[in-house]
Amino acid sequence: MVDFLVSSGWDKNLAVIVASALGAVAVSSLGLVWILVSIWLERKFAGRVQDRLGPNRTGPYGLFQTFADVGKLLTKEDITPAGADKHIYNLAPIMAVASVILIFGVIPFSHNWIGADLNVGALYFVAVGSFATLAVLLAGWASNNKYALLGAFRAIAALISYEVPMILSLAVPVMLAGSMSMQDIVKGQSIAYVFAVPVSALIFFISQLAEVGRSPFDLIEAESEIVAGFNIEYSGMKFAMFYAAEFIHAFVICTLTAVLFFGGWRLFGFGTPGQELMGWITVWAKSFALYIVVMLLRNTLPRIRIDQMMGFNWKFLVPLSLVNFLMVMFLARPFTPDYAAADAAVAAGGLAAVIGGIFGNGFIAELPRTVVLLIANIVLFWGAVSLLRRYGAAQRQLIEARYGTPKAVAPAPATGD
Amino acid sequence: MQVDVVQWLFFGMLSVLVIGGALAVVTTRNIFHAALWLIVSLFGVGGLYVLLAAPFLAAIQVLVYIGAIVILIIFAIMLTRRLMGLREVPNNQWPFGLAAAAITFLVLSFGIILSSSGSTPLFASFREPVLAAVTSDSLRDLGVALVDPNQYALPFILASVLLEAAMVGAIVLAREEN
Repeated sequence: MVDFLVSSGWDKNLAVIVASALGAVAVSSLGLVWILVSIWLERKFAGRVQDRLGPNRTGPYGLFQTFADVGKLLTKEDITPAGADKHIYNLAPIMAVASVILIFGVIPFSHNWIGADLNVGALYFVAVGSFATLAVLLAGWASNNKYALLGAFRAIAALISYEVPMILSLAVPVMLAGSMSMQDIVKGQSIAYVFAVPVSALIFFISQLAEVGRSPFDLIEAESEIVAGFNIEYSGMKFAMFYAAEFIHAFVICTLTAVLFFGGWRLFGFGTPGQELMGWITVWAKSFALYIVVMLLRNTLPRIRIDQMMGFNWKFLVPLSLVNFLMVMFLARPFTPDYAAADAAVAAGGLAAVIGGIFGNGFIAELPRTVVLLIANIVLFWGAVSLLRRYGAAQRQLIEARYGTPKAVAPAPATGD
Repeated sequence: MQVDVVQWLFFGMLSVLVIGGALAVVTTRNIFHAALWLIVSLFGVGGLYVLLAAPFLAAIQVLVYIGAIVILIIFAIMLTRRLMGLREVPNNQWPFGLAAAAITFLVLSFGIILSSSGSTPLFASFREPVLAAVTSDSLRDLGVALVDPNQYALPFILASVLLEAAMVGAIVLAREEN
């Protein structure tokens, strides 16, 4: 791009600035275009899970439903409630969308396709994510509504608490790769980190899910308790921006998990330099597989209470991620992959050459560390789950001692859009 | 040099953000707005770190100051029932604040002037192109410096112990009496 502009007679610096600006527009549009598909998909999926058809009137398979909704939202009256803090009220939805779009900047889609390969990429998206917290707070406060404020309080309590296990589990791939650059983390995954540290991957995914506020963590917008939470007063396009931010965020967490734990654009031999499109498709496919999990969770799990949410975080996720963090710290160091030795082993031939030929040379280098960490993770997870089971049994006994053995209760009807 | 011009341009913009935000913090009457202006000011400081080729510090600045400290301040404002109803908060302590600010300013100025004594003229160090001096792997250098006994290992551990003590203290204070 830069070369092309320079060759057609542009000034070098101007060409760089124009190319960067266009790149920024392309990267941020990606997320905004994606929500048109993702909202349709989510509705269809929810419909199928709940034994309905989902949208099917607007266009083939209801594909244009989202466009119809956008048209409706754009023509709605834009209400600012009396007593609202006007500037802050209008700033909040913009901030909510921006905080999510900014994350796209550091996601590596292939060997070369990345917005900016910052050497603090992993930290960057956490920092940017703190603007989302701020947006919720501003919206809740500026609306001049008690329910909005209550919703904001809940949201902030959840967002801040779940940031702790999120960062602790994020530190694990950073440690394994020895770098905070997202691109280096992908390059370090000849064997995807999910095989080495499944517990970290799980904690990261759960805590990110809580950050988005998706079910079962959707008590932020529990409509039966606090009407709609922090965005109750918003209407028209401003409400749509919160909605869009949530949908993009739900997909971004899948992409982040795919990049940090599932090998990003790497899949066996694919995604090597030169196969940019292949890498892009790989990232997209992996994110998509995770997104289906998110949608399934959303449509099948009931909402949890706020004390359960906090208890789950502080009494289970945080200690577990702390122990996991320490364990990886001590175990990963002695088994740091020796890529040069692996190359030598492959060159020497024999079994190593066969394995190296199939999975790549990095596979041999990372194999010992992966096996050791996997065993340690399984032990850790087994221990945590058996502790959890004992706690659950004790709670049950306590309740049964107080109220007697519970009768079978009919399942509550599912909630959803 | 073109780079220098762009750099100075951004420095100017960020300075306006930092100083303007700080001025708005102390002049606005609405305490919630003051907290929000503080974000603008701190964000500008983060931008200055980027300009100094210290992206790690910039990310930490946003994460810790905006993501944690300002949110905490806003929480404190929201949870103080008396403040929530008021849109304008009278402040009769501004002379003390002014005195504290003046003393801090004087101390910092002295620090800068003293550090540039001897053969180095005042402000000479500011004029050098900043980017040239920074190594490519400043993040790794920072990490090593924090655990190297010859550099900052002791201050780092002391700070950790202090934070730990503060956390334990907070838990002890907040614990319900049995």
